[in-house]
Amino acid sequence: MILGEIDVTQVTLMVNGTQHNEDVSDYMLLADFIREKLKLTGTHVGCDTSQCGACVIHIDGISVKSCTMLAVQADGCNITTIEGLADGDVLHPMQQAFHENHGLQCGFCTPGMIMSAIELIDGKPDISEAEIRQGLEGNLCRCTGYQNIVKSVHEAAKVERR
Amino acid sequence: MYSFNYLKPVSIEDAASMLSESDEHKVISGGMTLIPTLKQRLARVERLIGLEKCGLSEIKLDGELLKIGAMATHAEVSESDIVVMENPAIAELASHIGDRQVRNRGTIGGSLANNDPSACYPAAILALGGIIHTTKRDINAEEFFVDLFETALEEDEIITAVSLPKPDAAAYEKFPNPASRYAMVGVFVAKFNSEIRVAVTGAGEEGVFRCSEIETALLKAFSSESLSDCTISADGLMSDIHAEADYRAHLIVEMAKRAVTKSARR
Repeated sequence: MILGEIDVTQVTLMVNGTQHNEDVSDYMLLADFIREKLKLTGTHVGCDTSQCGACVIHIDGISVKSCTMLAVQADGCNITTIEGLADGDVLHPMQQAFHENHGLQCGFCTPGMIMSAIELIDGKPDISEAEIRQGLEGNLCRCTGYQNIVKSVHEAAKVERR
Repeated sequence: MYSFNYLKPVSIEDAASMLSESDEHKVISGGMTLIPTLKQRLARVERLIGLEKCGLSEIKLDGELLKIGAMATHAEVSESDIVVMENPAIAELASHIGDRQVRNRGTIGGSLANNDPSACYPAAILALGGIIHTTKRDINAEEFFVDLFETALEEDEIITAVSLPKPDAAAYEKFPNPASRYAMVGVFVAKFNSEIRVAVTGAGEEGVFRCSEIETALLKAFSSESLSDCTISADGLMSDIHAEADYRAHLIVEMAKRAVTKSARR
């Protein structure tokens, strides 16, 4: 490496079960990598300041804000985005719960909400409404007033309990 | 974001060596502050040195002390059985930093090195009289926190772990800014055998500080009633659009009362 030159690094990531080998600039954000390199535009960039949560994805099963992480930092990781949840035409239970409970209006925050909510209820079928509200504090919605989002997550938790 | 190169050393010694090569090299742990800062072009680096392959996330008992690796995330600290057993106030504090996604990436070492005047951890480390271990030495909390965003760390020095004594009772209470959720005032109270230590974050013009008025009042009796007549001078406290200094002075006493009450419930 020569000083003053900017490296391009090859990263290998498993995204929604498919392996990708891509050259990325070291300073490329993971959200941009997912949207622009992989064309998976379900991951949204809302505020771009790590507050709104529209860009939440799972890295090795843990929810992170992909606008506040670099693509090179995810090298070797297993990534799930909103596109990786449904099994063909069968929605993930969390997606189904949002669908049935009208947990969205404009839908911009929804991918992030769903990714956060899946981690939130994991292993917690008896999660309370207060825990859901606190657990979603990293996801902002400007349409719904959150009522139906919280209801959706609660319903999905109940489905998990069955 | 200005362009930079990203390095991934596999040992903390290599990381320290890379860091010492240039002032334009910076270390990144969770990046929850540094990446937004870089995105806004408030900082510019030539090389970012990622610590993710250096280990440093172990949480263990080291004799009497709870030792937390610098790369332990807030989520790991809040959910660690050892932390919950040995120092539950730390686990609870960590569980309320930022939001879930920030806690999944942000680390204790990064928070301490950044020394944000509204960060929660500095209050805990100062109140508990913790020791900050670095690649060069051990630093007492009293000497570590210098000023806003300023610590005793040298340019090429990296935090490796933090050691915390076990208090008889302790708790943290913060008054979060309604919008940002950062602590407008946060107070950590810790009771040891013969000593009361209280540290305040979010309020001081020079960052985290120990509050002798509250410590003295609590020495008489470790209960919130001991603070009913306690007042704190607004001198040296921050005034900004969120709160005037005298309001912060009031909040310090209130948060201290709540923290003392909470510590008794454990």
